[in-house]
Amino acid sequence: MSSFNQSEPRSGQQHLAVVVIAWLLVSVPLIWGVWQTIKKASALFR
Amino acid sequence: MAGLLSKERIVAGPSFNRWLVPPAALAIHLSIGQAYAFSVFKLPLTKVIGISQSAPGDWKQTQLAWIFTIAIVFLGLSAAVFGRWLEHAGPRKSGVVAACCWGLGFFISAFGVSVHNIWLIYLGYGVLGGCGLGLGYITPVSTLIKWFPDRRGMATGMAIMGFGGGALIASPLSQLLLDRYKSATSVGVAETFMTLGTIYLIAMLSGAFLFRVPAPGWRPTGWLPPTPNARGLITHRQVHVDDAIKTVPFYLLWAVLFLNVTAGIGILEQASPMIQEMFKGRVRADAAAGFVGLLSLFNMAGRFGWSSLSDRIGRKATYALFLSLGPILYLTLPYAGRIGSVALFVAAAVLILTMYGGGFATIPAYLSDIFGTQYVGAIHGRLLTAWSAAGVAGPVLVNYIREYQIEHGTPAAQAYNTTMYLMAGLLVIGFLCNLAVRPVPDRYYMADDQLTDRAMARSR
Repeated sequence: MSSFNQSEPRSGQQHLAVVVIAWLLVSVPLIWGVWQTIKKASALFR
Repeated sequence: MAGLLSKERIVAGPSFNRWLVPPAALAIHLSIGQAYAFSVFKLPLTKVIGISQSAPGDWKQTQLAWIFTIAIVFLGLSAAVFGRWLEHAGPRKSGVVAACCWGLGFFISAFGVSVHNIWLIYLGYGVLGGCGLGLGYITPVSTLIKWFPDRRGMATGMAIMGFGGGALIASPLSQLLLDRYKSATSVGVAETFMTLGTIYLIAMLSGAFLFRVPAPGWRPTGWLPPTPNARGLITHRQVHVDDAIKTVPFYLLWAVLFLNVTAGIGILEQASPMIQEMFKGRVRADAAAGFVGLLSLFNMAGRFGWSSLSDRIGRKATYALFLSLGPILYLTLPYAGRIGSVALFVAAAVLILTMYGGGFATIPAYLSDIFGTQYVGAIHGRLLTAWSAAGVAGPVLVNYIREYQIEHGTPAAQAYNTTMYLMAGLLVIGFLCNLAVRPVPDRYYMADDQLTDRAMARSR
């Protein structure tokens, strides 16, 4: 039988904090990559 | 360890926040998206022996081109072969295997570079890395579709956008690392591979361990599935992967993806030389590199934008838009060249690239609409063989036509025109295929007792 994961009896606020941190961890490198590409692409408009 | 990775272990509790799944998916897709930036290594890999310039015994571009081709072929093959296992084993186990394949692929390739053995790179990045790509691609998509039945397009678009975004990170990061590791005795590729392999292994394992699967019967709060008649192609029933590949819609969608990707590759392969030759003297090499960067940005944006729009207008209508606007835009490219309008050329090309990315991102949601969500990972995996086929056929077709025309006296600037007309024709065929997609006949849907039997077999 399937059972609920017992390792996550976290409160709603703890959950939200984990979600925010996870989003930050993936967003920062992505924004850096986008910014580097925009700088490269700007050569087309010079 | 086996228990830690099992599907039963990661069934989410009632307080689980489903918005944790997209960043987990992104961690994996941002890592494997490096594949699109592999060209950064092409030049340094031709100088592993000579360091400052190619020496006798150094690898040729033609030998190196096989690395990416093998990786894309194994992406499709592994997704097709292991997709069914993913649905059985669960996303955490599958994500961990993908992370190990992708990371180990880099480590073996680094060893291959240090001993100058190209077969080790074919095996490492090509075969093993390709398997990591395939499993890493379908695992997050399959999981997200189950968590976001109300916004399937947006959810899968987010993950697959990560695949496009991964290249935007990997390209400058690899260049930074190559510059950092370059020395009088090394071009820095082996060291860069080791560093990237370590980063991606950690990122992908983190993503895999964050994955949870929804409890049976879970639904987003307040969401009721749309009635089947109201949205045409959307079903609430399930088609088994073995039956899905016996249906006509599967092959029509295979053709749609194949044609859309082949046409997109037609632009991606030739973007830089095409803009320079069509606008000779007006667009220099640095501006052409900027144009390629711009295409990457729109490729990424299209993945999220179009797939999110598909939640509102439906998948069939979204593909109908791609495949009807696409031919017009492809015909616009030679026209822009004739009238000398760089702006029109760039605008048409970036729009085409949004549709190329959008095609990838919308297909999983299209499949889950037609075949149900239960085996969508496995079905998506089998459909991705279309990508592998296009990855081989696209460049061959484009380069062959161009070479043939130039050999027969066509000026270089005009040699692109025939390719663009051909791509427009391919999209028209794709439009007809999409138009022919109908709901799956009743006999292919699984009966309720079959679903229960399979659920019990999995839990044993």
